[in-house]
Amino acid sequence: MSSVAELLADKEICVCAGSGGVGKTTTAAAIAAGMAARGKRVAVLTIDPAKRLADSLGLPELGNTERQVDPALFADAGIEANGGELWAMMLDSKQTFDEVVREHAPDAETRERILNNRIYQQLSSALAGSQEYMAMEKLYEIHAEGRYDLLVLDTPPSRNALDFLDAPSRLLQFIEGRALQMFMKPTGFGMRVFGRGASVMFSILRRITGVDLLEDLAEFFQAFSGMVGGFRERARKVNDLLSNDRTSFMLVCAPQGAPIREAVYFHRKLKQAGMPFGGVIVNRVEYGDEREERSSAAELGDLLGDSELGARVSANYEDFLALAARDRDNIARLGHRLGTDAVIEVPYLDHDVHDLAGLAEVNRYLFADSASERAAIAAAV
Amino acid sequence: MARPARGLLDKRLVFVTGKGGVGKSTVAIALALAAARAGKRTILCEVAAQEHLSEVFETNEIGFHEVEVGDNLWAISIDPEDSMREYVLLQLKVKPMRDLLFKSRIFTYLAAATPGLKELVTIGKIWELALDERKSADAQPYDLVIVDAPATGHGVGFLQTPRTFAEVAKVGPIRQQAEVLDAFIRDPERTGVAIVALPEEMPVNETASLERDLAGQVGLTVDRIYCNGLYPERFADDEIERVEATLPEAGGGARAALRAARTEHRRAHDQRLQLARLEENCEAPVSSLPFLFEPELELEEIEMLIEELAL
Repeated sequence: MSSVAELLADKEICVCAGSGGVGKTTTAAAIAAGMAARGKRVAVLTIDPAKRLADSLGLPELGNTERQVDPALFADAGIEANGGELWAMMLDSKQTFDEVVREHAPDAETRERILNNRIYQQLSSALAGSQEYMAMEKLYEIHAEGRYDLLVLDTPPSRNALDFLDAPSRLLQFIEGRALQMFMKPTGFGMRVFGRGASVMFSILRRITGVDLLEDLAEFFQAFSGMVGGFRERARKVNDLLSNDRTSFMLVCAPQGAPIREAVYFHRKLKQAGMPFGGVIVNRVEYGDEREERSSAAELGDLLGDSELGARVSANYEDFLALAARDRDNIARLGHRLGTDAVIEVPYLDHDVHDLAGLAEVNRYLFADSASERAAIAAAV
Repeated sequence: MARPARGLLDKRLVFVTGKGGVGKSTVAIALALAAARAGKRTILCEVAAQEHLSEVFETNEIGFHEVEVGDNLWAISIDPEDSMREYVLLQLKVKPMRDLLFKSRIFTYLAAATPGLKELVTIGKIWELALDERKSADAQPYDLVIVDAPATGHGVGFLQTPRTFAEVAKVGPIRQQAEVLDAFIRDPERTGVAIVALPEEMPVNETASLERDLAGQVGLTVDRIYCNGLYPERFADDEIERVEATLPEAGGGARAALRAARTEHRRAHDQRLQLARLEENCEAPVSSLPFLFEPELELEEIEMLIEELAL
């Protein structure tokens, strides 16, 4: 019953989430192209510098601002745009971080201190959750501008697919580390709060870190602490945006055991966080048409006029059927565990997807009305 | 150009890296099994609670301690917080001092908030495992440490951490420690790097850029690239022509079987073009590992890959 068009009918934001290597970027691009073909103004935000995807969208490169995909390319790929538009951008998290600092810094001096701090320059991209936070930040900013009917976000390939959910609060926790800031001024306010303990602590820490690193860190934390108010407000707004009913999270996974387990885990976390789950897309599903009667090796040999080839075709098919059986079982388990029938399967296509025509091929499945229609399309290829 | 490097199993430490979903853990496990069979006392490390090793070795005992999982084979799951404690214990010999530190909110903040510190102490623990004279009490040295490294997002993050810290900290214990780690992982006699890739467009591009970045930003030479999941060439071109010619007249089960043959052939063909691109765009030797038509890769299946590792 579910198609992506149905699941996203009245949505303004679609977040594609899942572990690495399951085709998230391609799925996000396909969803965006498919919704654009249905007359919507859509922007896809990716974090993946997929050069060939950028090429195929006719964009020399994807940068930190949106660019429109040439409507003529849609026509070339046999897709009717119906007045819709497709825009794409690649998120540059360092650049976005710099922009956020510029916006939230209380004054020019603080701004320059942060941007020039060595810890910030060298390590801010390693800061826990910063890439995820920046993705959310950009999403919020573009949504607030209100230029699109739908935003599709391809989330970062984090080790833990959940990182971005609590990225705003973690970043907040980090910059609210006031205790640290106080202690970083061992003669001032910090001393009065922590008393003698703080200076002892300072000397212990100096022993294991070194004084200059501590000083750089102190400056880094101090500079950031002035931005707490702005960050807190923004984090709350981002959270509201993600949890409201015009947002939909689409889980993307693959049919093997590990990615299925991760999807189940991720779904549970989404629920706990009060985020709206839309559906799950399973990529690269191996289809074996088990409704059909099995042909024997001999029959295949007769058909091909070559019994040896017939035997190999038969043995090969057995291998594919075993994979198909695994996929079918895993997907059934997934639907059951998630308590949803919004499970959309995309078959393992014969060729790699990396252009608009390929996205259109994927969309025949994503936008099909039912599982049986998808199976029929797959069987007819 | 590149001098004949020591084989991967002759090093002390091997990082197995690559993007997510390419089979990094599978290759790391296969390498560790191969080393253990060759008589090397080997330890396999996973980083940051993946629990993948516990699944494969069917034990729930793999945590921040060395567990024997087979002949000559140990496993450990490295937790950054435990590594941090261990690091502090080694730096501060005075017990009341440590207790004070561990109890302090300040320390918790510093440990959690300092960018990159978790990665640094994780690499510190990996290095400790690879030492001739281990720092932990009663710890035995290993011949080889194999690391199932975190998936690379963009760039080289994890492996670059020691160098970054060595640059950021001008003086002091962290700088010294970071320099020691950086020197160790950049020493090709002791440390090796294998990248796992898939024979597909994006993974090939990302592997080539990862190799360049490892060389340019960290000074690491990649020893080997494993091209994972390569479909066998089960059918010749002319055989597939016959299969395709027969397709229109075939119905039902025969049609499905013929299509599966065509699919196998197309994937095997496309993958070989990508494998050629991988070889062309990378400096390190590329070895391919076969796609296994197995529903799940458990220990038994992974063992089938040992012979293919080109060691």
